[in-house]
Amino acid sequence: MAQLRSPSYDLADIVAVNDMYHRRGWTDGLPILPPTEELVQDCLDATGLAPSAVIGVESVRQRPITAEKVAINAVMAGCLPAYMPVVVAITKAMCQPEFNLHGSTASTGGSAQFIVVNGPIRQRIGLNATHNVLGNHSRGNASIGRAIRLILINVLGCLPGQLDRSTLGHPGKFSFCIAEDEEDSPWTPLAQQRGIPAGTSAVTVMAGESPHQTMNEWTRDPEEIAETFAAEIRHNMLTYSIWAGNYALIVPKQLRDLIATAGWQKRDIQEYVYRSARVVRRDWATVGKKQIVNLGKGAAQRFSALRSPDDLLVIAAGGPAGGFGAIVPPWLGSRSQAMTQIIETP
Amino acid sequence: MTLRVLDPTFDGGQATQTPVSRLPSLAGRTVGLLDNGKLNVDILLDHVETLLRSQHGVSTVIRLHKPDASRPVPEDVAKGFAACDAVISAVGD
Repeated sequence: MAQLRSPSYDLADIVAVNDMYHRRGWTDGLPILPPTEELVQDCLDATGLAPSAVIGVESVRQRPITAEKVAINAVMAGCLPAYMPVVVAITKAMCQPEFNLHGSTASTGGSAQFIVVNGPIRQRIGLNATHNVLGNHSRGNASIGRAIRLILINVLGCLPGQLDRSTLGHPGKFSFCIAEDEEDSPWTPLAQQRGIPAGTSAVTVMAGESPHQTMNEWTRDPEEIAETFAAEIRHNMLTYSIWAGNYALIVPKQLRDLIATAGWQKRDIQEYVYRSARVVRRDWATVGKKQIVNLGKGAAQRFSALRSPDDLLVIAAGGPAGGFGAIVPPWLGSRSQAMTQIIETP
Repeated sequence: MTLRVLDPTFDGGQATQTPVSRLPSLAGRTVGLLDNGKLNVDILLDHVETLLRSQHGVSTVIRLHKPDASRPVPEDVAKGFAACDAVISAVGD
């Protein structure tokens, strides 16, 4: 067993640990579990990695993220050792250059890492894909998302007002991790759509703004259901950011069943939204932005929310009742791209 | 019984880069200013250039433009600063 290299502190009890870690800016504001050597070692063992193994490097500041630091922050977040392969895969995914980790975490736009878990590991570690999926409930969802936030704070220095310059941020910055409800969906899971073999666990990570909830309980027509999502995306293009990139679209069971009964697959939703989520520059005048209507290529300039249907991440998740859905908009178009990474278990 | 807990923060010992030492003075030096392309950055950097020349004796200022504020500086732009003793990567926002 390789030696842990991080400095250690002898503190009286859990209250003293929390006092010191809060005071030093090492938390998200909530209490943490003390990262003792024993707990950290258990988490490291679950990865099969040496403490010094570099999981990823944030490329702008050339800062490596080691397995030891990932394990310490995961323990603090409340992760069980069995969650570690997921935390490691997310860390790898967001260190890919196309994710633009530095830009998306430092920006005033204030995004969070929206995480979707696919494959057999979801059930093995008890991740929630149904009731209240974007909210509180499961230890796995909550602590995996939180571990990523603590890694960003402690390893990369993403402290609000320092490297994290978010004007507002959003509640997903505490935790923003869901599983896809593969068992209760007739559709191809997200990871498989993105090239991961069936039966293999994987995470998909995108720099997401806060979710926008939608509702349409008054139709069985898949086009009308998809149109409500597309309208919310168009609204986001006008009121927030016009740039095309990955949008996530979360479809709970009630709407999913209606869409699937009509014979639609995820691809049909992607293609519909690709065609419908478009605005014209003059539309900005309707949301208080008339000053910029005549810039660029003029009032008739057209914008699409998606560069191609593949940009739309369609996810089956949420509780069984209600015609609700949600979109998760991108931080800044394609400046950060969603990454999918296989979850490796030792 | 005390709890022995571990430090969660980045340990400088793992750094892949080491900072260079500070310049003792900017007098007679060449300084680069990187424009990140955001609104009003030109006004900010005009002012910085004036201060560098008038108050710090900087002899040459090289100003280059980054094509995208949200992405790292491209290597070919960064190479344009090769002759600089120091570079200021500015945030106009």
